[in-house]
Amino acid sequence: MQITSPTFKANAHEALHDAQLQRALGNVRSGFIHKRAKAVGALPEFEELRDNAKAIKDHVLEHLDIYLETYEKKVEDAGGKVHWAETAAEARGIILDICRMNNARTVTKGKSMLTEEIELNDFLEASGIQPVETDLGEYIIQLRGEHPSHIIAPAVHLNKDQVEQDFRRVHTEFAQDRDLTEPEQLLSEARQVLRQKYFDADVGITGANFLVAETGTSIIVTNEGNGDLTQTLPRVHIVVASIEKVVPTLDDAAQILRVLARSATGQEASVYTTLSTGPRRDNDPDGPEEYHVILLDNGRSAMLGTEFQDALRCIRCGACINHCPVYHAVGGHAYGWVYPGPIGAVVTPSLVGVDKAGHLPNASTFCGRCESVCPMRIPLPKMMRHWREKEFERGLNPAVARYGLKFWLWFAKRPRLYRLATYLAMPVMGLFGGHKRRFRFLPFAGGWVRYRDLPAPEGRTFMQQWRDRQTINQDARG
Amino acid sequence: MNKAASAPPRVGLFVTCLVDLFRPSVGFAAVKLMEDAGCVVEAPAAQTCCGQPAYNSGDRDDTRKIAKATIEAFEDYDYVVAPSGSCAGTLKKHYPGLFKGDGAWEERAQAFSDKVHELISFLTDTLGVTKVSAELTGKATYHDSCSGLRELGIHDQPRKLIGSVKGLKLFEMDEADVCCGFGGTFCVKYSEISNAIVEKKTANIVASGADMLLAGDLGCLMNMAGKLKRQGSDIEVRHVAEVLADMTDQPPIGGK
Repeated sequence: MQITSPTFKANAHEALHDAQLQRALGNVRSGFIHKRAKAVGALPEFEELRDNAKAIKDHVLEHLDIYLETYEKKVEDAGGKVHWAETAAEARGIILDICRMNNARTVTKGKSMLTEEIELNDFLEASGIQPVETDLGEYIIQLRGEHPSHIIAPAVHLNKDQVEQDFRRVHTEFAQDRDLTEPEQLLSEARQVLRQKYFDADVGITGANFLVAETGTSIIVTNEGNGDLTQTLPRVHIVVASIEKVVPTLDDAAQILRVLARSATGQEASVYTTLSTGPRRDNDPDGPEEYHVILLDNGRSAMLGTEFQDALRCIRCGACINHCPVYHAVGGHAYGWVYPGPIGAVVTPSLVGVDKAGHLPNASTFCGRCESVCPMRIPLPKMMRHWREKEFERGLNPAVARYGLKFWLWFAKRPRLYRLATYLAMPVMGLFGGHKRRFRFLPFAGGWVRYRDLPAPEGRTFMQQWRDRQTINQDARG
Repeated sequence: MNKAASAPPRVGLFVTCLVDLFRPSVGFAAVKLMEDAGCVVEAPAAQTCCGQPAYNSGDRDDTRKIAKATIEAFEDYDYVVAPSGSCAGTLKKHYPGLFKGDGAWEERAQAFSDKVHELISFLTDTLGVTKVSAELTGKATYHDSCSGLRELGIHDQPRKLIGSVKGLKLFEMDEADVCCGFGGTFCVKYSEISNAIVEKKTANIVASGADMLLAGDLGCLMNMAGKLKRQGSDIEVRHVAEVLADMTDQPPIGGK
């Protein structure tokens, strides 16, 4: 996937002028927020659960090596195999080897942002293996040759009528005059198409919401049940998970699950919570013959022990994205890589480099709504500021901004000169504001006055008037 | 009653750069509100800006320099009060972190931070003000500025005092707690996105049916007023302190 984060501004411009996208984004703004608020409001201990969830992950991140090794041992005790991958390329190579050893021609896939991160679909296709996305949203964007615009609602940038058109274009086996106006009809058609794919697939690939060290279990949550069919019907199940997904015990996973669905979709729990431990045992009625876990680092261990470690607590619920006014304005694709919104603004520079993703941590008003809803209490604005500090140290921010800031600071650090300059400037500027008390045009303020008027200053500064008042008071007392 | 308890609290007014330069009347409204509540208010001449433009641009060294100067200018007061949730948030929530591990300064910054308050919450929560003697006929809507709301927990306090203004009715807008798109330098660095956000905000303001917009932060107010005026709206925009202090003789922000 080509990283388009460097052209964030141009991407945003395009997004703001895309009427279909703007219509679709309206649903994010209204739907998720209300549902989350309702679910949270109905659970008095929600704030305590957040503290708990945070503490569990903080503990894990301090002892990641121990829990990963314990997890590996438990997976192998259950008859599964753990593969360690440092990079995306290594993970892809391991997956391909497993597919080739099993003569796989098609693989079904449960929803997984990590496989987006490692660009698995393109790689498999280039290697002659057909990946089939089974999550409805993922299926739709695969048909369109797009990438997810949201980590839990990958097709949220689309409207129903666009999906209908895609289905008519691709599903030529159905009658052309069929009725597809209702979402249920679209869902039912996708189900029919996908059903056979589950049986045809040689390998099923899923992500993982949690890896449980205590038992060697991987856990996924879905609302469509597609994950279950993906991991139980094919002969081989591959779990692709990043290293920070591990938790110590099943009880820990259960505690975090209580904040996950509520934060994501406002559900008390996702419809399906599926636990997999190793391949099918002798007396199991179903399940895969082989069970593999790819444990991928891909830049995460480098975040440990840095100011960005807290971002590894993320459970990918999407709440920060759902509540972000910038995301509401431009959608997910504008961010230019896999993870959009506030969490994307924090992890993208870590994973692809701040030189490429430098816009993202800057394109925030620091409104803090993301942090206020993050179930894992990740201090997202603080981390974006850390990235800005790194950019500033390296002189990566634009020259105009740098010099503008320097000019301001020069005065701000010299109160006397600051007073003098503002005593002189503000009354003049106030006069130019005229009787309307505002500017429609103003040199050096193009970014402001292109879209809004600039209220004019009242005239003399507060400090100037205050000094007069003090003098008068003293005279009166004198 | 001992002498310390009976002495009026000495408040250092951190006027904020925007109020100092663009809307001094907010500063005088703040002074009046605090004096009415029994405080002695001073505005130290050595103040400039809280340093947020540098801080949020990643310039930590310069932020520290400005923070030190601000702390030195204000640390002798009983309280430090700013008519802005954003600037008060910086002084209170971010200054101590700037000096982490810097021995004496870390302590000074923390002691300073403990004294810092945003104006309206200082009136209600610290001074126990429950009503004001102001009068204004109209329908107001109130925008919760982000830092005040989420860093300092300011939500009910201004509404309570607005409710005590004779003749003024509060009309809540939808998404009152959503950012207006100002974001300091964000509004010029990403002006197109900022514009998309403020357009949603002004739509909510207009839909509220209010004829006056109030908020506690001048940055947000200038952004929303600027957009409303560009859209030709006649909704008046004011800092909440002006209304509470009964000082509405000045034309509203951005004019009529």
